[in-house]
Amino acid sequence: MVNSAVAGVAESGARPRSTIGILRLPRAQRRALVSYLAALLVWQLGSTSGRWLGVELPLLGRIPAPSDVLGAWSHLIVDPGYWQSWLASSKRVAAGFTAAVLTGVPLGLIMALSPPVWDVVFPVFELLRPIPPLAWVPAAIIFWPTQELSIDAVIFIGAFFTLVLNAVSGARSIDPRLIQVARSMGASRANILTRLVLPAVLPSVVVGMEVSIGITWEVVVAAEMISGGGSSRGASSGGGLGFFIWNSYVGGSYPQIIVGMISIGIAGYLSSAALRVVAARLSRWNAPYGGRA
Amino acid sequence: MTSGAIAWRPAGTQRAAAPVLPRSARADALPRRRGAIRIADAVKYYGTGESRVLAVDHCSLDIAAGEVFVVIGPSGCGKTTLLNALAGFHSLDAGSIHLDGELLCGPGREKAPIGADRIVVFQNGALFPWKTVLENVAFGPAMRGTIPRTELLERARRRLAEAGLQGYEESYPGETSSGVKRRVEIVRALMNDPAVLLLDEPFRALDALTKAMMHEALIASYLRTGSTVFFITHDIEEAVFLGSRVAIMTSRPCRPKKILSIDIPYPRGRETVTSRRFRELVAEAMAAVHEEALKAYALGEKEG
Repeated sequence: MVNSAVAGVAESGARPRSTIGILRLPRAQRRALVSYLAALLVWQLGSTSGRWLGVELPLLGRIPAPSDVLGAWSHLIVDPGYWQSWLASSKRVAAGFTAAVLTGVPLGLIMALSPPVWDVVFPVFELLRPIPPLAWVPAAIIFWPTQELSIDAVIFIGAFFTLVLNAVSGARSIDPRLIQVARSMGASRANILTRLVLPAVLPSVVVGMEVSIGITWEVVVAAEMISGGGSSRGASSGGGLGFFIWNSYVGGSYPQIIVGMISIGIAGYLSSAALRVVAARLSRWNAPYGGRA
Repeated sequence: MTSGAIAWRPAGTQRAAAPVLPRSARADALPRRRGAIRIADAVKYYGTGESRVLAVDHCSLDIAAGEVFVVIGPSGCGKTTLLNALAGFHSLDAGSIHLDGELLCGPGREKAPIGADRIVVFQNGALFPWKTVLENVAFGPAMRGTIPRTELLERARRRLAEAGLQGYEESYPGETSSGVKRRVEIVRALMNDPAVLLLDEPFRALDALTKAMMHEALIASYLRTGSTVFFITHDIEEAVFLGSRVAIMTSRPCRPKKILSIDIPYPRGRETVTSRRFRELVAEAMAAVHEEALKAYALGEKEG
């Protein structure tokens, strides 16, 4: 994404003018468009293979065709329940992810900067880390008073460990000479933390956030499927996208399953893109994200 | 003219020759002489037990205020140990260091305090990548809050201009060349008005042309400020070109083997490099360094 954006900027200067809109897009975006169209074509041909080939292709032959999916989608986009599923999942991701950032990043910094804290915290941390977030679902349901909170907690777990480890590695990779220079120029400990450590770890923290927000979308969907997503208010409201998919499966509306899946893909893509925009704003000095575009 | 040696020259004239004064005259012209360093019987070991290595052995150096003192020796001979002890990054195992008559480190004081009177410029540079060139240069006084911000930024701009760096103020270090970075770093160090500027092979990674430019720029800054310069290198021509004195150190343990007085007046330029006296001094230094390099090599063979 980052590379293609850069390539796009580089290309835009010398592009020949064209009357056809698509050809006027930067090269990287043209390629992206081709890639989407090719995928749709393969999917359409594959899923309708039973009709035109006489034999169903494995895997692809069993899934609803894109035309059917688009048909289902066109009904859903006017259905408030579908958008409530979006909202429910997004809220959960936002809550769990924000909590994980607010606790994981400071914990990572403290662990990296204080050997005693590291020595005490790391053994437990390392024991808990390999436990898959979904293994926490039953425990979370028991521990937390509401189902909403237990889903948030599972999302928190999904993002937390990655965020901590990235903050740790960011803080550890700070050039000690920068700290020596800052000290010799009279920076206080507080100044070293705010003016030096925080900006220095920002790129690693952003990478951690990008990775972990992807994990949160994986986790929210699975957690909603397992827990029912607080769907007591009805099948299509409040359950979130995960429950939406599960409910579509149970109800036998296969095109809707695909709609739900693609919706999650879009949600994950949008949240990562939003993070990248924020990151570029915050670290203009750091070429991979900001540079001077 | 007397004050010319330390006064700021107006912007745009930095290419012109600095005041041509013999060293002694220049030193006398300084209103205050800060930065006299006395290193006495410094000893430093690294490691413990069997693997303990004597890095510095009873090393004594007397450096006058306002001198460009260049330390040269084979890689890993312990030159940087001295610099670290001066800066306050490391302790000594024995001996003492005084700055202007005050004890920096020695008996009763394990490490020198880290302070803005001794600023280090490192080999690979240590500019803050997330700060612009201007913010980097203003960093020290901003941290200490000694000057109002507008005045500080104005001074930072002026000093950058004096070093021929106008136009780079709003760039981030990552957007500039290694030569510019190194010059910015020296400007940043001098913004703190240090008594001693500690340079640890600052130009090592630069190409020959950039290096030559750096040398002239450093001498120009030196003539403007009169800070004592403690300069570590293993480039012999660099040492002789920059130094008022050059100490050739023995390879591990580190101790001065020979101290050359470089009797070529500042400012020095390209013509210096081709002069007979310069060549003689380089040859003299090279003979001494070569001997030590052979010893270091033999030592390495034995250990390897």
